[in-house]
Amino acid sequence: MKDKIVMGRSLTKSYNGIEVVKGIDFWVKKNQFLTILGPSGCGKTTTLRMLAGFESPSSGQIFFEGNEITSLPPYQRHINTVFQKYALFPHMNIYENIAFGLRINKVSEKEVKSKVAKMLELVNLSGFETRKVNSLSGGQQQRIAIARALVNEPKVLLLDEPLGALDLKLRKDMQIELKNMQKELGITFIYVTHDQEEALTMSDKIIIMNQGEIQQIGTPTDIYNEPENAFVADFIGESNILDGIMHKDRLVTFAEKQFECVDGGFKKDEPVDVVIRPEDIKMVNVDEGILKGVVKSVVFKGVHYEMIIKGASKEWMIHSTQMAEEGSTVGLLILPDDIHIMSKEAGYA
Amino acid sequence: MLRKIASSSYLVWSFLFIIIPILMIGFLSFTSSEGSVNTGFSFDNYKRFMEPIYLKVLLRSVEIAFKATLICFLVGYPMAMILAKMDSKIRNLAVMLFVVPMWMNFLLRTYAWMTILGKNGILNKFLSLFHIAPMTFLYSEGAVLLGMVYNFLPFMVLPIYTVLTKMDKSLIEAAEDLGGNKGTVFRKIIFPLSLPGVVSGFSMVFMPAVSTFVITNLLSGGQYMLVGNLIEQQFLAVNDWHFGSAISMLLMVLILLTMSVMNRLGAGIGEEGSAGLW
Repeated sequence: MKDKIVMGRSLTKSYNGIEVVKGIDFWVKKNQFLTILGPSGCGKTTTLRMLAGFESPSSGQIFFEGNEITSLPPYQRHINTVFQKYALFPHMNIYENIAFGLRINKVSEKEVKSKVAKMLELVNLSGFETRKVNSLSGGQQQRIAIARALVNEPKVLLLDEPLGALDLKLRKDMQIELKNMQKELGITFIYVTHDQEEALTMSDKIIIMNQGEIQQIGTPTDIYNEPENAFVADFIGESNILDGIMHKDRLVTFAEKQFECVDGGFKKDEPVDVVIRPEDIKMVNVDEGILKGVVKSVVFKGVHYEMIIKGASKEWMIHSTQMAEEGSTVGLLILPDDIHIMSKEAGYA
Repeated sequence: MLRKIASSSYLVWSFLFIIIPILMIGFLSFTSSEGSVNTGFSFDNYKRFMEPIYLKVLLRSVEIAFKATLICFLVGYPMAMILAKMDSKIRNLAVMLFVVPMWMNFLLRTYAWMTILGKNGILNKFLSLFHIAPMTFLYSEGAVLLGMVYNFLPFMVLPIYTVLTKMDKSLIEAAEDLGGNKGTVFRKIIFPLSLPGVVSGFSMVFMPAVSTFVITNLLSGGQYMLVGNLIEQQFLAVNDWHFGSAISMLLMVLILLTMSVMNRLGAGIGEEGSAGLW
């Protein structure tokens, strides 16, 4: 309980009778980097706004260091937010923007000065004190927004798609910088994004949401390798998702063939979702493969080739460092370890 | 080409009906006549206005216009905030209710106040129900102020309302997030960012208030002389067009000065161009 710095219990939020967050439970440990990941409209931003105090939950509770804060206004929470569109105050210069929180807490002018200078150094924008907000680029404004939140030394920092408006290169740089900042300062980050790659790169723990419900909570590795349902598998990375029948433990039929697998615990002949990552399908000579198909398209992706292979009943997407000629027939091999079986009931809307 | 033709018609219009009349007034103000004999160019009319009796009128006009503007601001700002906070469905209706009286004739609206405030008016009748002796509401500075505030209040409310509704809500949330309670957020964020609207409101109320003569004529029964009345009198009663023109010119300069000061104030704040009303 003690090391769970923020905890949500049965959090629900509805607008005009429509539930956008449907009773979710989660917690984040001190100094963790937690990402809430999901497609737009999944309720992730609403969840973050409830943690910040901008929205009050329709039901459920929020705890901060073990104390309930569900009904506290934003200004009484030791949580600060970095907004998607920065929300810097246009009528103040950079110095005043960063000093805003300190001034409210009646910090002495001398201390304000040294803290602001330290923050500007942290975000690599020393010397920007007297600049106007709208003379800064998007990336610079975002750094100032981060500095403005961090200067108050919050225990938890909420970030609402902070890199969404930046270009790809800048976004990648900022991801690394943010992660470093989080480690260096030892602050808990709760980060909201719809970008699965961003989530996998930065997070210690990921919550995947869809339609107001949590689909899976786990480390990036867990979520990538062991998706709990077809939605997660599809949302994180690329996947081949097939209908299958689980005959008994460790034996499954899909694509009109029987396969050995490593999963168990299903009912006899239960219909299941079978998920196979494109990089887990090996391309071999026709006579060595369990399945075979005709190469339909080949796209070079930098490190690997992405190929679509038309099999008897299904088109397969595979990633391989070797290239096959378009139109040629190849064999495909799938090892038991790489077959992920998911219950249909977990729901893939 | 088409644009040239289109714009030239406006140029002709403004030349005929704005520039020429102003030049005529300017010309009149620098000349004077004894009977029908023109006595030539002189500053006499302006010098005459420097007499204390006239300066007092000007001062009183500025003072009462400023008071009216201030009252409009004190009443109008909270009103604009309430309007801006309303649910969008009711909000349009409320703004509409606010604007509808402006569609009615200005004179009619002011006359209506006479029947309310008069000796045998509605207000006194109402008070007599409680055995309060009839009072004189009309023909006082208070009545003139009331007339000004009533007529010009929408011009204060609407620009402030516009700025408030256009304000980025995430700025307010950011300020709350950084520890600001409702009062601090208002003082440090909402009010400073709404200043362009306040400045527009100030000039839109002050300008008509300082030059009005209808409100003073009706609600003070000619007891209360403002600079607008003075001009009206010079033209219609005394028939001294030269002096009237000189006062008009002075008033115009005064309004232009106030406007440019206001605009400068407005430009110094609201970097984001959040007002953009003009």
